[in-house]
Amino acid sequence: MEKSESSTTLMMQGNQACAVGALAAGCRFFAGYPITPSSEIAEYLSVQLPRRGGKFIQMEDEIAAMGATIGASLTGLKAMTATSGPGFSLKQENIGYACMTEVPCVIVNVMRGGPSTGMPTLPAQMDVQQARWGTHGDHEIIVLTASSAQDTYEQTIRAFNLSERYMTPVILLLDEIVGHSTEKVVLPRQSEIEIVNRKQPEMPPQDYLPYKTGPDLIPVLANLGSGYRYNVTGLCHDETGFPTNDTRNNEALIRRLVEKIKAHRDDIVRYRERKLDDAEIVIFAYGSVARSAKSAVVKCREKGIRAGLFEPSVIWPFPVKEVFALSGKVKAFLVPEMNLGQLAREVRGAVEFKVPVHQLNRVDGNPITPLEIVNKVEEVI
Amino acid sequence: MFDYLKYIREWNFPHIWCSGCGDGIVLKALIRAMDKLKVSRDEAVMVSGIGCSSRTPGYIDINTLHTTHGRALAFATGVKHAKPELKVIVVTGDGDCTAIGGNHFIHAARRNIDMTVLLYNNYIYGMTGGQCSPTTPKGYKASTAQYGNIEPPFNTSGLAIAAGASFVARTDVYHVQQCEKMISLALQRKGFSLVEILTPCPTAFGRRNRMSDPVVMMEWLRDNAVSGRKWENLSAQEREGKIQTGVLIDVEKPEFTAEYGKLMEKVGVQK
Repeated sequence: MEKSESSTTLMMQGNQACAVGALAAGCRFFAGYPITPSSEIAEYLSVQLPRRGGKFIQMEDEIAAMGATIGASLTGLKAMTATSGPGFSLKQENIGYACMTEVPCVIVNVMRGGPSTGMPTLPAQMDVQQARWGTHGDHEIIVLTASSAQDTYEQTIRAFNLSERYMTPVILLLDEIVGHSTEKVVLPRQSEIEIVNRKQPEMPPQDYLPYKTGPDLIPVLANLGSGYRYNVTGLCHDETGFPTNDTRNNEALIRRLVEKIKAHRDDIVRYRERKLDDAEIVIFAYGSVARSAKSAVVKCREKGIRAGLFEPSVIWPFPVKEVFALSGKVKAFLVPEMNLGQLAREVRGAVEFKVPVHQLNRVDGNPITPLEIVNKVEEVI
Repeated sequence: MFDYLKYIREWNFPHIWCSGCGDGIVLKALIRAMDKLKVSRDEAVMVSGIGCSSRTPGYIDINTLHTTHGRALAFATGVKHAKPELKVIVVTGDGDCTAIGGNHFIHAARRNIDMTVLLYNNYIYGMTGGQCSPTTPKGYKASTAQYGNIEPPFNTSGLAIAAGASFVARTDVYHVQQCEKMISLALQRKGFSLVEILTPCPTAFGRRNRMSDPVVMMEWLRDNAVSGRKWENLSAQEREGKIQTGVLIDVEKPEFTAEYGKLMEKVGVQK
């Protein structure tokens, strides 16, 4: 369907929209492992990828799915895996490997309740800090969220583009409500979609240094089998890609990996706002909760409360600057989340405790309703 | 005189392996086999996990991936599936492959995905200082089995055969010509081919087990690794304490990437 000449309007599930977005972005490899509530992404791609000359494989476990995804990406294919909480935990080791070796790939986590097996069929947003810090060692990571099937389609494409541009794994966090809701999605013409493809080296192979970077701090990794023979390792390495124990080199490497994302944060960070101009209270919400918050803003306004919505579509890097800018204008923030305050703490840090940041939290597997948000706003304002 | 240097990343020497280690012997046997088979260096990819053997990729001038502990086969599966024209060689050890990577090992064998796995079996975790591995023989000592190992070891090659590998051979670094031959046969097979290579670790294994002299370990391999017809002619009693080497299974089976190719043809590629 991504080849059609005009835009197409379809009804589809969030998980399917993710798979359709991945194909539109150019994804041609998927390795996965069955897990609720993300399995529909694998199921859909198992049908579609072979028809597009792409590769699908169901691996023996979540760890293997992450490893195969990275291996495939190194050959030049855009590669993705999808999972949920327990599987996301298992993938962390190899997500760190992708950070360290700078291999682009997309990891989708359709969040369910945890810890452990938790609530497999019920929504949660309990993995937002794990997405940031789940793998060991200092690193930066790009994490996107989506609040509807349409948004999922678009954010999946963006996840691939950011991954290819910055040579880094990108995580897309959905929640069970977004993944499993069937709703309208408008698919643009393929020619209207912005597609980013990773660079390839232009110098002769003997001059090629895989991890030598220019001012943008982003390496150019040759596709395996393209005549540029180099080494990839999760050990600290120098520009050649070979391991080294030179401590000055290793300090520079870790700092570059972090700086590579930080220096481009303005290009990466995105958010949507509603009625923020005159807002006295800002509701900071993401994922399916953002939809309840949207409706809560309307209801608050009807009651004469000047509420506004800040909906980040990128949660890592955290929109510190943008949230801070609001702190001088508003009386309070409210952060409704399906966890016990994982991003509320970030908002609190971003506003430097200048204004109160209130929380509204649910961890029982039920969605947060607009009415609950309105009631909380009335309570705190 | 065979010129190894054209396959070697000389700038990474000296290597990290201890004196008396057999890993370099495997590397040389692999290079000779690749040279005779005219394997293209640009199209060959070596994937390894973590451990002494898994440092081999640093020294050979082909495409090389040094991945996470136990996961080499998972990465290699991604590489091969994504680009089947690449020649994939996996280098792993007994701990890497049969302990932390055990699940990937049996499933890569079951899929019969085309790759050659060189499993350096030195019966011990060498890099971390000599801890017990799934192949440490019962009664032998390790830094985590100082009273002697109480667990039975894996029959690694048997495991691969049971899981579905289409080519499995066992060899050792004393019998260098057989070692090269087994690697060469494995490289020529289309499917999951395993070469289990017995190799001495005098530093971490021998030292605790009255074989700290590398020569003693080599002599042990000379006297106990028995191949082909010789093995066939041994009585059950004579086989006690000996190890069978040579080709253990060599059959044709459907290979994963070829099967996927057929699937793509069947469903038809859309425009």
